[in-house]
Amino acid sequence: MGTTASQLGKDLLSEYQRFSELLSKEDRNLTSVPMEKVLSLPELKSNPFRKRICHVFSTSDMKDGSLTFEDFLDLLSAFSDSATLEIKSHYAFRIFDFDDDGTLDGGDLEKLVNCLTGETEDSRLTPEEMRQLISNILEESDIDKDGTVNLSEFQHVISRSPDFVSSFKIVL
Amino acid sequence: MPSQKKNDIAIRMEDVGIEIDGELDSGSEDEARRRDRNRKAKASPRAGGRNGKPATSEDEEEEEDQDEAPRKRARKKKASAQDSEEEEEEDDRSVKRKGTKAAGRKKKAVEEESEESEEEERGKKKKGRKVTNKKQKDEQNKEKKGDAKGKGGKDKGNVKDKKNKNGKYSSSSSSGESGDEDSLSEGEMASLKEEVEEKKKLIATLRNKPWRMKRRLKLLKECQAFVEKFEGALGKGKGRKLYAYKVMMAKKMIKFNRDFDNFKTACIPWERKIKEVESHFGSSVASYFIFLRWMYGLNLVLFAFMFGLVVLPEVMMGLPYGSIARKTVPRAEQERAMDISVLLDFGGYCKYSILFYGFYNDERTIGVLQFRLPLSYLLVGVGIFGYSLMVVIRTMARNSDEGGDGGDDGQFTFAFKMFTSWDYLIGNPETADNKYASITTSFKESIVDEQENQKDENIHLRRFLRVLANFLILCSLGGSGFLIYFVVKRSQEFANLDQDELSWFEKNEVEFVMSLLGLVCPPLFETIAELEEYHPRIALKWQLGRIFALFLGNLYTFLFALFDEVNAKLEKEKSIRNATIWGLNEYYSNYSSYHNTTDIPPPDIHPADVIRGPCWETAVGIEFVKLTVSDIQVTYMTILIGDFLRAMIVRFLNYCWCWDLEAGFPSYGEFDISGNVLGLIFNQGMIWMGAFYAPGLVGLNVLRLLTSMYYQSWAVMSCNVPHERVFKASKSNNFYMGLLLLVLFLSLLPVVYTIMTLPPSFDCGPFSGREQMYNVVMETIENDLPAFIGNIFTYATNPGLILPAVLLMVLAIYYLNATSKNYQNANLELKKKMQMARDEEKNRRNNKENTNQVMQDLEDLLPNRSLLPPAAEEENPPPDKVREKGSKSPKVAKRPGAAANGKGVNLQNDVSLAAPNPKAAVTHPPGPRGLSGNARGPPPGPVRGRGRGTPPPRH
Repeated sequence: MGTTASQLGKDLLSEYQRFSELLSKEDRNLTSVPMEKVLSLPELKSNPFRKRICHVFSTSDMKDGSLTFEDFLDLLSAFSDSATLEIKSHYAFRIFDFDDDGTLDGGDLEKLVNCLTGETEDSRLTPEEMRQLISNILEESDIDKDGTVNLSEFQHVISRSPDFVSSFKIVL
Repeated sequence: MPSQKKNDIAIRMEDVGIEIDGELDSGSEDEARRRDRNRKAKASPRAGGRNGKPATSEDEEEEEDQDEAPRKRARKKKASAQDSEEEEEEDDRSVKRKGTKAAGRKKKAVEEESEESEEEERGKKKKGRKVTNKKQKDEQNKEKKGDAKGKGGKDKGNVKDKKNKNGKYSSSSSSGESGDEDSLSEGEMASLKEEVEEKKKLIATLRNKPWRMKRRLKLLKECQAFVEKFEGALGKGKGRKLYAYKVMMAKKMIKFNRDFDNFKTACIPWERKIKEVESHFGSSVASYFIFLRWMYGLNLVLFAFMFGLVVLPEVMMGLPYGSIARKTVPRAEQERAMDISVLLDFGGYCKYSILFYGFYNDERTIGVLQFRLPLSYLLVGVGIFGYSLMVVIRTMARNSDEGGDGGDDGQFTFAFKMFTSWDYLIGNPETADNKYASITTSFKESIVDEQENQKDENIHLRRFLRVLANFLILCSLGGSGFLIYFVVKRSQEFANLDQDELSWFEKNEVEFVMSLLGLVCPPLFETIAELEEYHPRIALKWQLGRIFALFLGNLYTFLFALFDEVNAKLEKEKSIRNATIWGLNEYYSNYSSYHNTTDIPPPDIHPADVIRGPCWETAVGIEFVKLTVSDIQVTYMTILIGDFLRAMIVRFLNYCWCWDLEAGFPSYGEFDISGNVLGLIFNQGMIWMGAFYAPGLVGLNVLRLLTSMYYQSWAVMSCNVPHERVFKASKSNNFYMGLLLLVLFLSLLPVVYTIMTLPPSFDCGPFSGREQMYNVVMETIENDLPAFIGNIFTYATNPGLILPAVLLMVLAIYYLNATSKNYQNANLELKKKMQMARDEEKNRRNNKENTNQVMQDLEDLLPNRSLLPPAAEEENPPPDKVREKGSKSPKVAKRPGAAANGKGVNLQNDVSLAAPNPKAAVTHPPGPRGLSGNARGPPPGPVRGRGRGTPPPRH
């Protein structure tokens, strides 16, 4: 299937361009792009989850969030239009799972809220509000009442959301 | 072989309804199978160990039944391998059992078996069963390996189509050992084909798998290599070429489809622009532009109708300007007809142009094509509504399809806010800050909501405030309505005065006031609504509803005032008409008395000097066009001043100002999605209403939408910040559409009313001289269509027919309504069941700590593990084959022994006896033996077959 392969190459070309732009001249020989460079992408610059996104998609052994070209493709494909709800919710779960333990517990949720309300101090919620919010969320989505939200509970909630698929996108 | 029995079988098979021909010749098939079996039994190492249970002949029969069942099952399974539905399988199995029972009975009648053979059979049966079980559990390829019988066809377990199967059977109906080359390769081909298909499927669905890209790429490469390697190998001779050709065409087709898709995407206008807006402002602002684009498409189609069927024919084939009175500017207006101020009011040459109703001639047919312009005009006028209605409803239906179950709103308010509120498309820091703020607000709001749900104090004050707010808003609505009525009345008075004495304001008072009201009232409502202290989401809905009411009220007041004017014009027209008729009569009588002739030429008056009526249709058309134009002006000016100028001031004066302009009072303008959408919808309503009286209006609207696409996207990108309130895009689409539908319906009413009741002007427009506009249709039916169609129409319009038809429709609506309710209930029920099942599953999982596939996938995604090689889900074909061959070899070695057995000889005789039976030869017979032939690779098959020397009774 030589034709298909070359077609694929053509499709990948623009992504590869963007990717190689990130590699400056001196480290052209490196295969992966350090996280700081990825974060400087305008598409990711203002995303509160940008670090998490890098960590989730990175396959580097150093756990430094650097991305190889394949990881970069991974990222784009998960955030593309054609990715299914299942994939998107998978990755969303991983992104929200700050401590990488496979469930969203209170700590994860708190970090998530802090990400969503911005870095500035005045927009932060008070501890009281935070507590209430987290207990409300757990009440809604924690079906098995174990105090955490696991993947299938998360996917259950997400699948009901009308606009998750349309907003979980990144366009290069 | 008693034929009676055979018939029996046949009947049975027919009852069962499956593979009649496969079982009909069970006699020969049986023998062949038995021989095969015996041979196998000996060959199989376990055969001796398992047996040892003596049995009577009756036992034997039973056992044979059992014996054959699994084997058949296996074969059947192979046949239905592609659809691995268990149910079907089960069905087949039972079917087979019936068939084989019959077969077994017959076999008994034909010959007797010794105990020894029975034992062997038992052993083999066990094996067969085991194989079946394995099959049920394992993948198809594994089944191959485990099958000690080494039935070649079974190896290739994945027979795809009946044709293949048939081929195999026919080959096996020959003497079993003599598999010829074709059938052998066919079996292999089938399996290959299956595998290739599998890989292809994997390639197609790969992107939907939540795997790491590395793994995906690796798999993709493997699959592609496999497909490429083996795809060409499929097929033989002619078939091969054909297959290769087919594959090539399929590839080309895929490529073409891909290119075509790309092309289609490239053809969608403004896709990039919208994406750009989307990436800065999130999906909700983009939804407005998508709506605008949709509207543009709709209007383009309407314009094509109007232009192609009405305007163009009139221009090409109708009389030119200046030929008749309706196409000429009257003498009194001629000197000012080209003044720019007159033209801007759509007077002068504009008024007597194709833009308006009055210009069109009432000739029944025009040009060499005999184009029936009046009929076309009426049909297009009505068709515009029909088309719009259809498109809007279709879009709504599609949207509601995509919407999924919107039933459980509010079930996950917090979770949605938490998990789905961030719009990953946002790439602009300002927008992001806004989003942070709005998310924080919504968190706080929902917390407050939650708290308020628990305590609800001071309800009386709130109720009072809400009543007060509604009262105030009703007052302002009524006031605006009255204002418009007053202004329209006044403009009618002005119209009677001399045009020169009026100031610009007095001439354009109506449009000015309406635009002003549209500008001032919405913020006023918003201010009043703060009294109510509704939740923002509810407040937004109220606000939308109120603005809608305002626009609608204004529009309808305007319409009623217009109707007054139209009625006045109709009165005036009557007198002018009488005067004209009287004048003509005078002229005729004078002429005839003067020249003393009855052959009177028409009066020789220049078209500009002809006395003419007021032509109310054109007047209405002009009103709508003016309204649209002023709407465009106001919208564009608002954007220019309210957004652009404001943004300029805020940005550049901020350096030298006493307070922070960006954060403080003026700040930047927000993009008001709901207001813009409502404006668009009402504009469309005016187009629908005015299009009948001013065909040019549609073209004007197309231009407007085109420019506002560029203008607004520029304005939004350069000087706006997104609305703080999140107006969800996906849900609101149908809300917009619903409003559009309502507006469409409301604009349909006045137009249809005027078409059906008001008499058209006597001297202008395509319907002049007719009592009613729709008389055009009657005329066409009478004059142009054959008589019987006219009769049909007469019958069809009979109340006796219409009433039942209406009744039928009502009944249909009732029925559909009832069914939809039922479906809804069923849906609800199912949802509950799903929820319960899910809960149960959850509980079970929690108890067992069981991880399912999903969890495993997730774990696989974790960074530290993702680099591991992917689990070998795809079996490697080569090892399979190796093992397969290995398992076969012992059996092959022992075969001769089986053949030497006395029974074997017997069987052979039977075969030869059975061979003459045409049915046996033609149709296909026993699975097992045929399969054995198929399984072997091409080379060994034919050699062995010939070596044994059995004559293959092939067809």
